[in-house]
Amino acid sequence: MSNNIDKNRRKFLAGATCAVGAAGVVAGSIPFIASMLPSESAIAAGGPVRVKIDKMKPGDQLTVIWRGRPIWIIRRDEKMLATLPVLEPELRDPKSIIDQQPEYARNEYRSRKKDLLVLVGICTHLGCAPTYRPDVGGVSADWKGGFFCSCHGSKFDFAGRVFKGVPAPINLEVPPYVFLSENEIMIGVDKPSTNLDV
Amino acid sequence: MASKLKVWIDDRFPMTELWENHVSKYYAPKNLNFWYLFGVFSLLVLLNQIITGIWLAMYYTPTGAEAFDSVEQIMRNVKYGWLLRYMHSTGASAFFAVIYLHMYRGIMYGSYKGPRELLWVIGMVILVVLLIEAVTGYVLPWGQMSFWATKVLISVFSVIPFVGKYVITWLQGDYNVSGITLHRFFSFHVVLLPLAIIALTLVHVMALHKVGSNNPEGIEIKACKDSLGRPLDGIPFHPYYTLKDLVGVVIFLIVFFLIVFYAPTFGGYFIEAPNFVPANPLVTPPVIVPPWYLASFYSILRAVPNKLMGVIVAAAAVAFLFVLPWLDRSPVKSIRYRGVWSKLGLTVFVISFAGLGVVGTMSLTPLVLFFSRFFTVTFFMVFLTMPFYTKHEHCKRVPDRVTKG
Repeated sequence: MSNNIDKNRRKFLAGATCAVGAAGVVAGSIPFIASMLPSESAIAAGGPVRVKIDKMKPGDQLTVIWRGRPIWIIRRDEKMLATLPVLEPELRDPKSIIDQQPEYARNEYRSRKKDLLVLVGICTHLGCAPTYRPDVGGVSADWKGGFFCSCHGSKFDFAGRVFKGVPAPINLEVPPYVFLSENEIMIGVDKPSTNLDV
Repeated sequence: MASKLKVWIDDRFPMTELWENHVSKYYAPKNLNFWYLFGVFSLLVLLNQIITGIWLAMYYTPTGAEAFDSVEQIMRNVKYGWLLRYMHSTGASAFFAVIYLHMYRGIMYGSYKGPRELLWVIGMVILVVLLIEAVTGYVLPWGQMSFWATKVLISVFSVIPFVGKYVITWLQGDYNVSGITLHRFFSFHVVLLPLAIIALTLVHVMALHKVGSNNPEGIEIKACKDSLGRPLDGIPFHPYYTLKDLVGVVIFLIVFFLIVFYAPTFGGYFIEAPNFVPANPLVTPPVIVPPWYLASFYSILRAVPNKLMGVIVAAAAVAFLFVLPWLDRSPVKSIRYRGVWSKLGLTVFVISFAGLGVVGTMSLTPLVLFFSRFFTVTFFMVFLTMPFYTKHEHCKRVPDRVTKG
């Protein structure tokens, strides 16, 4: 046996040991990281919710909770709908290009049906809850009505589309929802099915 | 008998060696002034947080349903519970007060300059971990401000391209900030982060004792030693500074307990009024304000009209502090021997940071927005121009020895 130490061989073996060890650490950390994802019960609690809308009059707002978030349902009247095309030049994303709504709500009203607006009531800036402000001239002199976030002053129109020059970068989110009948919607699913499609 | 025991231990554990190296024969500059007390104060507050925290954990319940009530239980029914809680909540604010003053001392006397760059960087890491520790603690009372400030802070992660949404769900363990989030933040707050802070504090002190303390004159005392290798301008930490620090500690405790007893909410800055209302995911408080110690960074976030840029700029404010030792090209350390530009820079830095903090606790009006943008610009101007003015300004000659106190 030679007394010479093969340094390259030693370096390779040390490197290989470190690499295998590092791979083991990565593999071993998976359960710890995955454990922090929503648990089965949290997922189940995030299932779809049914909402009756037969008592809503034009201009009414209803808030329900889905996945711990406030979901607004607003029955828009003709006057509110008339503001939507007028405001387009003042909006960041009037055509809803950014993916903040299901395909069926990518239209000028951002809804399945013209009058009924369904939105996640959370500001896209830093997650505050904006307020429904249908009062014309209420937020500023030229205010035509919409949603106003008092935390950092973000403004949205009656379709939840964000104005230019405010901190919120994108439109309010439209959650998946479906009409079960004329008077009832289900929030959290795209298709009228009884399966918990989450 | 006692000396025999000492020998027995020293043969098995470096007890006397540690005591001498770090306390009784650790030489500190003889001219340290009151600014050097804030390091000791931060150790004291850390101890306070750990002890009161252990007792609070005996009575606190980290669930969405019971957290708020358990805090009220501590306040009303647990014997001395009110004292434990107010010592802990006041301690959180006191921690940042002394840390910010400790950092100001370092900036003023150039304590981050070579060979103390790493000491400064370790300290900055402690600041960041401490901020996370404070934020996770802020959630626990589960009041309105706990809930909404957490929501705002977590949503900062949404700027991460593509995976931001998933990172948020992962952090929350739910589709929104919920009792699940509260429970895991409790775990971080009482186990993970305190362990990290204690370990980092030890590393910080080890790094300090390797390079030795800087001093108001910015003179390296290790350059002039006597025949035994002791710095001529140094005195042993014990008993000289242990006793001096003790006086400071007494004064600190008087101020601390005046606040604990007479102004524990500190006019809404230490405990905000909305936090006396239980968390409600459906109602945002009219104004969401961060804790005062985060207000400066929050102001910067708010000053930028673009969300991603806002987060990047606010992170840059912290990053600039990390690399301060390399931005400062001055041949001298202490502000006492620097030129007029360094003095101006330090003044602008302090006014900007304090100004950002003040406007950060106000609701957003056009005037507040103007000032947050103004101070953001001046804050960054100091860092961006520092490599130039520190290199070219005229400095006074630093003496070789410490002559005045």
